[in-house]
Amino acid sequence: MAPDKYYKSQHVVSQGPLGSFWSKLAHGFAPPIMEGDFCPVNFSGSHGVSIKISKLNKSFGATHVLKDIDLIIEPGETFSIIGPSGTGKSLLLKHIVKLEKADSGQILINDHDVNEPQDKNLPRNFRYSMVFQSSALFNSLTVGENVGLWLRENRIYGEVRIRRIIREKLRLVGLAGKEEMRTEELSGGMKKRVAIARSLAMEPDLILYDEPTAELDPVTSDELARVIMSLKEKVKLTTIIVSHDLNFALYLSDRVAMMHGGEIIAIGTPSEIKKSQNPIVRNFIYTTTKGIKGEGD
Amino acid sequence: MIRFITFIGSKLLNVAQGLGEMLALFCETVYYFKEAPRNLPSIFRQMNLIGVGTLPIAMLVALFVGMVLSVQTGTQLALYGTQEAIGAIVGMSMVKELGPVMTSLLVAGRVGSAMAAEVGAMQVYEEIDALKTLEISPVRYLAMPRLIACLFTVPALVSFAIVVGIIGGGVVAEVNPKINVPFTVYYDNMIRALTYKEIFKGLLKAMVFGGIIAHVGCYVGFKTTGGARGIGESTTRSVVLSFLLIMVANYFLTRFMI
Repeated sequence: MAPDKYYKSQHVVSQGPLGSFWSKLAHGFAPPIMEGDFCPVNFSGSHGVSIKISKLNKSFGATHVLKDIDLIIEPGETFSIIGPSGTGKSLLLKHIVKLEKADSGQILINDHDVNEPQDKNLPRNFRYSMVFQSSALFNSLTVGENVGLWLRENRIYGEVRIRRIIREKLRLVGLAGKEEMRTEELSGGMKKRVAIARSLAMEPDLILYDEPTAELDPVTSDELARVIMSLKEKVKLTTIIVSHDLNFALYLSDRVAMMHGGEIIAIGTPSEIKKSQNPIVRNFIYTTTKGIKGEGD
Repeated sequence: MIRFITFIGSKLLNVAQGLGEMLALFCETVYYFKEAPRNLPSIFRQMNLIGVGTLPIAMLVALFVGMVLSVQTGTQLALYGTQEAIGAIVGMSMVKELGPVMTSLLVAGRVGSAMAAEVGAMQVYEEIDALKTLEISPVRYLAMPRLIACLFTVPALVSFAIVVGIIGGGVVAEVNPKINVPFTVYYDNMIRALTYKEIFKGLLKAMVFGGIIAHVGCYVGFKTTGGARGIGESTTRSVVLSFLLIMVANYFLTRFMI
């Protein structure tokens, strides 16, 4: 990426000398990186990224967990990976966000190999974020502090702007005014939404959901589906959902892949997957209660 | 026979791997010391947990250690009429050995185990993975503040413990009829025996022990697997490993500083 794509600071925040001192004492003495003329982070909004996975293999000892995974996901697409538990869906997700390293194969995000070192002199042209199965919120922090963690830790903005972003992201997931709540006071669905807000605070170009409906009742799952749907309309990012909740995946996705035994055995639109003649796919989807969005309206 | 050799070999390899990983984590943690200014709140929070939280129990333990030391040694010295040396003996023992070692063992049991449990729970419940996806180094965010806090707080705790232990010893020396050494005599003898160099050596030991406690707690926490049971095992492992390393380090530090 050429230097002319460095991004000029749009949101410099000035604080009074006293306020500034206490703010620094509370949040550390390093200045926000957006105070300079140029910022190494592109904050011009989320842009969907393309993902290309080719011949990805992963083994743990003698167990071959991921077998020659080939997958292409288009920019802005909502893509779901379904399949029974223990087929390597979450592991595939962890490879995309570099939490695991493949034995062989390649993952390209916007044609950049995720395992290749990044040139530190150039801004990265994408960001990704993951919503974990357990939400993975930090119990020692409030809801607002969880949401603003990335911004504060990476000194992206000054404190006033960060608070504004926290409010904005919480409103986006339907949790306006909950900044001061402790995470242990939240229900499972609220925790998931806080985790989504925390991810959105990064303005990611790619967001990954690992079993978003796990441990949630059907009503809360529906609420979560609505949140993800509204995000899909408001924020143009690429979304990957790993789930064994078929209804949820078919309802939200542009395309769906089914994994079985570490391999992708079927891929297509929700309609195509529903009509698949593959006996394993048919066996997995023989019951649907919600149907596919737009079908039979 | 081959099975036995394989068993021994695999154990040795595990130990070597563990030591290597601990060294790598230590180097990475020290590397992140440069980021301390942005983690000040976290460092202060840890200092509060380690220092303020442990202070009352450390004082109580030190008080009774000083008293026991005084009553045990004083009564024996009294048999030979040399009980006036009790001040020097309690002072030197508290400054050089008992203060740093007893306080560090206490901190390892109270704080090191809590660190291992907290970091271990974060590991098990994917919070460490979440930090990585948020582009936050878990070593910088979790290990570095804890190590810095321990490096400063444990010597501070040890200083208090030494003072309280010496006072406890002095009170016993004065009130115990078998010893019957006035506090002023006790104090004068102690001051004559103690040098700044000895105090510095004691505090240096405390600093090293503090480093061991934080480092072991974080290392064991990062290596936690297997849910609630794994967290429990990590807690125990951190205490055992900290105790062991403190004792080993104590020998070598004493050997080289003598």
